[in-house]
Amino acid sequence: MALTFWQSTLGKKIVMGVTGLIMIGYLCAHLLGNMKIFFGPGEFNGYGHWLRVMGAPVLHHQWGLWIARIVLVAAVVLHAVSAYQLSRRDIKARPQGYVHAKPRMSYATRTMRWGGVILALFIVWHILDLTTGTTHSGGFQEGHPYQNVVDTFSTWYGNVIYIVAMLAMGMHVQHGFWSAAQTLGAGSRSRDRALKATANGLAILLTAGFISIPVGVMTGVVS
Amino acid sequence: MKLTLRVWRQKNADTPGAMATYQLDGVSQDMSFLEMLDILNEELIVKGEEPVAFDHDCREGICGACSLVINGDAHGPERTTTCQLHMRSFQDGDTIDIEPWRASAFPVIKDLVVDRSAFDRVIQAGGFITAPTGAAPEAHATPVPKADADFAFEHAECIGCGACVAACPNGAAMLFTSAKVNHLNVLPQGSPERETRVLDMVSQMDAEGFGGCTLTGECATACPKGIPLFSITAMNKEWLRATRKVKR
Ligand code: HEM
Ligand code: SF4
Ligand code: FES
Repeated sequence: MALTFWQSTLGKKIVMGVTGLIMIGYLCAHLLGNMKIFFGPGEFNGYGHWLRVMGAPVLHHQWGLWIARIVLVAAVVLHAVSAYQLSRRDIKARPQGYVHAKPRMSYATRTMRWGGVILALFIVWHILDLTTGTTHSGGFQEGHPYQNVVDTFSTWYGNVIYIVAMLAMGMHVQHGFWSAAQTLGAGSRSRDRALKATANGLAILLTAGFISIPVGVMTGVVS
Repeated sequence: MKLTLRVWRQKNADTPGAMATYQLDGVSQDMSFLEMLDILNEELIVKGEEPVAFDHDCREGICGACSLVINGDAHGPERTTTCQLHMRSFQDGDTIDIEPWRASAFPVIKDLVVDRSAFDRVIQAGGFITAPTGAAPEAHATPVPKADADFAFEHAECIGCGACVAACPNGAAMLFTSAKVNHLNVLPQGSPERETRVLDMVSQMDAEGFGGCTLTGECATACPKGIPLFSITAMNKEWLRATRKVKR
């Protein structure tokens, strides 16, 4: 059964929808946590520390964090693999386009594939920048996330990469959330307005929320 | 009206094709699009050229045979079948591009004619009910709630033309397959095969080499019968339900 599920275009699409929703859920939690940066280094670094003791005393030090990381990596990998395989198949199914071609899909719909690639690259850079510190500008300090964030957004390229990626994320979520509802069979004519409004609201909140951080650093609100 | 037609000409499945340009004069606004092509073909025959091959049958919008992409739109600028499109939708002096359905599951046979037997095999996989043959049963013997009857009828309107596949950037047959699945799955007559129908038709659809759904909605925009995009949502729901119920 599991194999039949994965081999079907519908099954792969469902995997994509579920993992996409897991990632959207994570983004909401991540945004709420990140907002603590506006309340100073004490609160923000304290939150960073809490992530490591999350689940204690039931869970051992950092176990909660590692469980979350494993779920997220699995979600990203499954999402990207299904996206790649389905896209390959879609391109093969329509090898020849029309001489009289017209662009008609919405921008968010048309950019799901390239937007997804941008997001994948961003996720790698983001981890190397602020989690491991490998590509961090200025001295990366383990346990001092507040200062690390300020350093990243004190470089022009840090701001550019981050803001471009967040705009791509907003569009991906806008089409993705609504699509996932259809893929999972939850959409309908009567529910469509509410679903579209939720998708737009989520996309705008997530994009504006995340972009407020580099803007905060650039304007000196966070320093 | 005087028109410039650019038509896809292709000798057979194995020969590459190309667009060919024709000038056509004396077209009336009241002609149907296919009558306009008939005039073109008469002229070609008189000149000793090969007429343009295109599919058509009923010419009244019910059989699903006609299948032209006109100026990039499956069935042309109006929400109807090619045979029900009239020349009043065009202007004197227009250039009209006419191409066949494009999808690898619908290979071109000649000119504007494509092989749509992939749809027949999707139907054979489950688009039927196991009913006893013989005299028609008493219509009131199986009560169907009004809402279900309406839902079934909305989907039963699909004429299997394939415009949804032609319009889809992924050459997906989701709208067609969902119309057929939903039509039968909601009715008591279709319920014995409710699970196997959706599983088998979807796997046949995949096996035919149609693409997957990216919810662009092009199919529902092109459909001459107004099959809604939510038809696909409803099929996804049926498919998920069936995967949970059927152990294979
Ligand atoms: C690894 C990087 C990513 C890639 C390569 C990628 C690619 C894609 C592609 C190609 C689609 C299908 C587009 C379509 O149906 O037209 C898609 C759908 C989707 N993506 Fe992503 N994406 C990525 C990251 C993300 C992230 C971070 C999120 C969460 C915010 C997300 C959420 C979604 C959702 C909810 C869908 C809809 C699934 C469905 O239609 O059922 N994706 N993605
Ligand atoms: S769903 Fe609409 S476009 Fe597709 S085959 Fe049926 S009638 Fe034609
Ligand atoms: S020829 Fe029958 S629907 Fe157009």
